[in-house]
Amino acid sequence: MTTLTPILSENWDRTDSYTLDGYRETGGYQALRKALDTDPDAIVDQVKQAGLRGRGGAGFPTGMKWGFLPDDNPKPRYLVVNADESEPGTCKDVPLMLANPHVLLEGVAIAAYAIRSHQAFIYVRGEVLHVVRRLRQAVAEAYEAGIFGNDVLGSGFDLEVVVHAGAGAYICGEETALLDSLEGYRGQPRLKPPFPAVAGLYASPTVVNNVESIASVPGIVANGTEWFTAMGTEKSAGFGFFSLSGHVARPGQYEAPLGITLRELLDMAGGMRPGHELKFWTPGGSSTPIFTDEHLDTPLDFESVGQAGSMLGTRALQLFDETTCVVRAVGRWIAFYAHESCGKCTPCREGNYWMVQVLDRLERGEGTEADIDKLLDICDNLLGRAFCALGDGAASPVMSSIKYFRQEYVDHYEQGGCPFDHSRSTLWGDRVTTTGGNQ
Amino acid sequence: MSENEITPESGPDRFPDEAVTRLEPDAKEIIARYPRARSALLPLLHLVQAEEGHVSQAGMAFCADQLDLTMAEVNAVATFYTMYRRRPGGDYQVGVCTNTLCAVMGGDEIYSSLKEHLDLDNGETTEDGKVTLEHVECNAACDFAPVVMVNWEFFDHQTPDTARELVDGLRLGEDVVPTRGAESLCTWQEASRVLAGFDDGRGGEGVQAKGPSLAGLKLARERGWTAPDPNDLPSRPSEEEGGQQ
Repeated sequence: MTTLTPILSENWDRTDSYTLDGYRETGGYQALRKALDTDPDAIVDQVKQAGLRGRGGAGFPTGMKWGFLPDDNPKPRYLVVNADESEPGTCKDVPLMLANPHVLLEGVAIAAYAIRSHQAFIYVRGEVLHVVRRLRQAVAEAYEAGIFGNDVLGSGFDLEVVVHAGAGAYICGEETALLDSLEGYRGQPRLKPPFPAVAGLYASPTVVNNVESIASVPGIVANGTEWFTAMGTEKSAGFGFFSLSGHVARPGQYEAPLGITLRELLDMAGGMRPGHELKFWTPGGSSTPIFTDEHLDTPLDFESVGQAGSMLGTRALQLFDETTCVVRAVGRWIAFYAHESCGKCTPCREGNYWMVQVLDRLERGEGTEADIDKLLDICDNLLGRAFCALGDGAASPVMSSIKYFRQEYVDHYEQGGCPFDHSRSTLWGDRVTTTGGNQ
Repeated sequence: MSENEITPESGPDRFPDEAVTRLEPDAKEIIARYPRARSALLPLLHLVQAEEGHVSQAGMAFCADQLDLTMAEVNAVATFYTMYRRRPGGDYQVGVCTNTLCAVMGGDEIYSSLKEHLDLDNGETTEDGKVTLEHVECNAACDFAPVVMVNWEFFDHQTPDTARELVDGLRLGEDVVPTRGAESLCTWQEASRVLAGFDDGRGGEGVQAKGPSLAGLKLARERGWTAPDPNDLPSRPSEEEGGQQ
């Protein structure tokens, strides 16, 4: 049986967990001291050996990303933390930054030292005001304590850190769009190569890492690679947040080794809400193809989820029970992609626009069988045909829902309307005397 | 980005001299944070939004002047990002999440209830200038669904009833407290100034974590589950039968 491994969340039940003093009382910043006495390249090697893979969705090995920075480029190097958490269902970095911003900042200092960068940016989405406050307060504390600024903890290493608030654009979670945004432009993805390691921020060598990836670094430095690889699987080492939301008895953050299954997580979370059954779920946000109750025992690691036809993504487990209309759910996700498409690539800009029309028609019961084929045809023209993963992400829920729930699409047009009572899906849908008011 | 295609309201082309004099030191401070000045454009747009409550022609002209950009360059950026209002709005921006997870959990019912209660459509403001209603995309609080944001502070686990009480309270000037955030709400303009990078000293207010954020930790505490002890690691994880500990 897999058990939970609270690490980044270990201090979250301390009321002062977000303060420098609170963090230090639980061992905070000891890993940084250790790192500063180590050769930077040795830290890169350690993170490589630990097998830490990016926690922002793509799962690219973090240490390898660091190792791609060219040695012979004289330009300044930049570290950019992607704190633009916006993938639907993903809700791990925001509570982490609210409760324990210093573990991120310690990771920033270690990572910057390891890649020999003297300027780091934390690009946080603007729509989380209190997270921006907490981060800025923590950064100010770190400067005050000599953790940031000139001569970090007396080591001779200099590091400036800037918290940069975004302004509302999902696309900026894509690393090259984020860099364009940080440079003061519309956030549109760049053609790769060159990758950010070679030509990133201001065309300088740049590492872009997710919040949770960077926050995982202090633990590796403090406790060693064997500690890290004692959790997870051979190719998906370590731990991560599994964020359960939706029709589950106890939604929330469950920090566990990679490779845990939804069956195990559901058991810990008290199962689905009483009297209901799991119908479909996303393993890692709306851009990962949906799963059903067939996949309860799929180990939630990069390889196993991939083999089962989806992606581990951000471990954003959105769980929907049998009261949920899959056509409505998918239609709403596609409305999101249509809204958030930056417009650069025609297949994504136009494809999502038209899929919204088709899905709305189907949900209203006005569709035909040709509409299902049309959706698949659009997906075929979308998948792999855009600069960034937003286009691919939009195809995921459409294709996977038709694969598993084609009959439900058919039912809509055969019955001339949605067969579901949406009010039954709500948080208050099961309450005997509703407090929900007008529904 | 459709709601951002609105042409900015016609208004003065420039901030009054007094405002320029007052805001220029702030702008210089923002610009100084970055290796290249243009990186300051997003925070500067937050700053001019803090001044007027929306991004006006005059606000964009101020940004263009500070960064030596054309109006077209500033406008192209201002219209791309949804957090910049293109026209005046209320003191409190009430955003109901209607992305799939929150919509299914009741966000749709909350949003339609507020539209009816306030007699507003998406992006419209109450006549008293207090509340602007809109639906928003996923705000990274899915485990607290359904979620309503007010001036980008969290109001978790909402129902149509609680959301109506919330907007009524805002309109009556009552103390309205976010479920995870500061101890009281600031106005839209004050929030914009924080986003521009000027602290209001309130980062220490409110809880560190609650409810669903602590679900896993609470269970681990109850069952005595911890991460491996680095000084007492299993010899090889693969040889241990099913054990991570």
